[in-house]
Amino acid sequence: MSIDVEQYLVEQENKQLLRFITCGSVDDGKSTLIGRLLYESQLIFDDQLAELKSTSKKVGTQGDDIDFALLVDGLAAEMEQGITIDVAYRFFSTDKRKFIVADTPGHEQYTRNMATGASTADVAILLVDARAGLLPQTCRHSYIVNMLGVKNICLAINKMDLVDYSQEVFERIKAEFLEFSADLNFDEIVSIPVSALKGDNIINSSTNTQWYEGDSLIQYLENVKFNTEKEFQAFTFPVQWVNRLSHEFRGFCGLVAEGSISEGDEIVVKPSNKRSNIKKILVADNYSSSCSMGQSVTIELADEIDVSRGNIICHKDSSCDAVDQFQGKLLWMDEEKMVPGRPYIFRFGVAESSGSVSKLRHRININTFVDEASSDLELNEIGIVNIALDKKIVMEPYVDSKSLGSFIVIDKMTNNTVGMGLVNFALRRGDNVYWHNMEINRDSRSESKNQKPVVLWFTGLSGSGKSTIANIVEKKLYNLGKHTMLLDGDNVRHGLNKDLGFTDVDRVENIRRIANVSKLMLDAGLITIVSFIAPFKAERDLAKDLMGADILEVFIDVPIEVAESRDPKGLYKKARSGDLKNFTGIDSPYEKPENPDIHIESDKTSAEDAAELIVNKLIQKEAI
Amino acid sequence: MSQTHLDTLEAESIHIMREVVATADNPMMLYSVGKDSAVMLHLAMMAFYPNKIPFPLMHVDTTWKFKEMIAFRDKTVSDLDLELIVHINEDGLDKGVGPFSHGSTVHTDVMKTQALKQALDKYTFDIAFGGARRDEEKSRAKERIFSFRTDKHQWDPKNQRPELWNIYNAKKHKGESIRVFPLSNWTELDVWQYIYRESIPIVPLYFSAKRPVVERDGVLILVDDDRLPLNEGETPMMKDVRFRTLGCYPLTGAVESNAKTLQDIIQEMLVSITSEREGRIIDFDSSESMEKKKQGGYF
Repeated sequence: MSIDVEQYLVEQENKQLLRFITCGSVDDGKSTLIGRLLYESQLIFDDQLAELKSTSKKVGTQGDDIDFALLVDGLAAEMEQGITIDVAYRFFSTDKRKFIVADTPGHEQYTRNMATGASTADVAILLVDARAGLLPQTCRHSYIVNMLGVKNICLAINKMDLVDYSQEVFERIKAEFLEFSADLNFDEIVSIPVSALKGDNIINSSTNTQWYEGDSLIQYLENVKFNTEKEFQAFTFPVQWVNRLSHEFRGFCGLVAEGSISEGDEIVVKPSNKRSNIKKILVADNYSSSCSMGQSVTIELADEIDVSRGNIICHKDSSCDAVDQFQGKLLWMDEEKMVPGRPYIFRFGVAESSGSVSKLRHRININTFVDEASSDLELNEIGIVNIALDKKIVMEPYVDSKSLGSFIVIDKMTNNTVGMGLVNFALRRGDNVYWHNMEINRDSRSESKNQKPVVLWFTGLSGSGKSTIANIVEKKLYNLGKHTMLLDGDNVRHGLNKDLGFTDVDRVENIRRIANVSKLMLDAGLITIVSFIAPFKAERDLAKDLMGADILEVFIDVPIEVAESRDPKGLYKKARSGDLKNFTGIDSPYEKPENPDIHIESDKTSAEDAAELIVNKLIQKEAI
Repeated sequence: MSQTHLDTLEAESIHIMREVVATADNPMMLYSVGKDSAVMLHLAMMAFYPNKIPFPLMHVDTTWKFKEMIAFRDKTVSDLDLELIVHINEDGLDKGVGPFSHGSTVHTDVMKTQALKQALDKYTFDIAFGGARRDEEKSRAKERIFSFRTDKHQWDPKNQRPELWNIYNAKKHKGESIRVFPLSNWTELDVWQYIYRESIPIVPLYFSAKRPVVERDGVLILVDDDRLPLNEGETPMMKDVRFRTLGCYPLTGAVESNAKTLQDIIQEMLVSITSEREGRIIDFDSSESMEKKKQGGYF
């Protein structure tokens, strides 16, 4: 066999890269299709093929023929280890294009894996079993790929050999899908009758479907237009890293997200709105007069203006803007549910901010597409949410810009990626709430009281002795002439928070409100004593974030048995008998503080001694 | 003008490298001297041009690498003015651990896996680049580009962070680390085409030449130095051979070939009928060997 390598390499130079995802219900023939594609593109080596042939005879479902499904499932021999539920990436190429296939599992419970695969896909192949027609899973997958902005769908109606290559069956399923997808935003839907098993219309047009005149699957994949640039896309360049070599060289590195730009063009930097012109462009290590979408480049500007990671260099007329409140779609990917009010990190491309879901508007039922009321989002659930960030970030709706409209959610404790989201639109409300810069401020108020404002944040089980100790502390401070305020769980729940119960969601909201009230009291110059169970670390951290250095965490530690034996309000008894639900320590968790500023073991220290210790700590801190 | 697939892969890899430099405290590139490392190094030179690469390279030297690899490594470092850390497991060296005396499994574990862990701990690197590709091996197909390791350097395949769009989560606690694979989406053929397009220098062992080899269990082993114990009646033969993959010379099989140029190699690949890892003897040790090694901290 001889190949003209020079010629081959020239052809390869013009190959494009297409990423696609295969989806569909469990038995629609996904593995067989991928196996067939790898086989036909000769990516199965002799050693693998020999093994495949013998395995096919032994355990295959196709008699003496090769069972291609075994190839993919065989590649995934780690099935028992439970990682087949994950996305696998497979590669093959033809003379025209190189393909990366995101191979994702079909089961309903793996929505997050599907979404992961779809996030980088240009095209989706949606498989349908010709005998079964559209299944709920087909619709669910269409919804997700549509949500993630995949514009090109290939509806591969598979197992045509089992319906006698019937044109009628094909046309019926095709029509059903077109009707179903009319509300979705696909640019192009191409339907192809195939048999992955027999090879019909996979590489070449099949003689079994003479009534079909369109492309084979490979022809479709080789020719489909994807990622086509819109007529005018404004240059958008998120700055990833600043390359500083010397005074003479300061280059801004990044991947061009949209549009193109040339030397000399005027740009504006967001969010600072500073303007300059493009001085030079490095594409990899070559100077170039222009650059465009998809290139990793380094840009030098004509003027020395302040630009850092997370800023966006845009075309001069760009309308994109930095906001701190927006509405979006959130897909939750973690076992631990999403609770509104809980602080997370939101990462947009190269920019990030902490923030929280300020409102879960509703959850979307992925089977019926109906909006449902919900107070939290569980693993694999999708919700429409309002998000409030602590810092403004440049963003655009996902439908206009994938790169400025997509974000991930990171858990502050575990650092895991726990959710993915898409921006629907900015909420401008944040701009209308004026933050008055008052002339009389915290310092002047506390100065007049001859004290430094601080929050003593008590946490501990019910019955640990928080209230008793807190009361003594306040008395001692009063006797020292200090101006204090005590916020106690029971009292606040009778007033400000009387609308809240004891579910996880309500507990988070309870603490969020308390933390903000405490913050106002800090600003009033008061020594504020907060005494709540505050069982979750995340919410206590929220309070710490809010208060900065002006908070002391006081952990009143007592074994649950001791607290239960005290049971001053008879609550443990009620919880044990089932009359009281979600009781901390019984059927709701208490997360102990890891590094409290003050740690008191109330079964070993008297309340009086504990209070003395806390007051001494304030003296040390020069708060009083 | 639309990008070619190599342009796309190149831009993606550069983007990944810059993300690491922007977010890591103390990054490092594992440089194995092979062709994938050569491509990775070339991409790094581009990513930070006109600056120098802002992190050191590290070579975990098992002391059993091909002589030509070491020579090539040292020349590359001096030609490109790079910072290179060579780490050897001195403990293993003192105990005389080697592939012949201790077998390939123990040798690889002590001189490669343990050595790498030592080095990561010693220099407190938090992010390490590696040249692995997803097409190499089945457990790699599911590995993330930013692949998380516990403070014990372990990989938990069941508990990987979802990786969405091109947003990479490089957050970690103290002591934990991340392996980053900028060539994840490249195939072996892509690597060769890119080496050809960019004229990237590679170790001459990839090209065919007459070399002294012995045949053992159907595998051709190069007689690279006199540490190779010859069996009774065994004499080295001169054969036209080359290597598709490089590692410790006693554990790396040669293939008979006449491919003397890059074009020859690519031509050979196009008609090739066995997978690349065939020449890696360590894979034969036990069936799920790679998976296990990686969970234990192998790169």
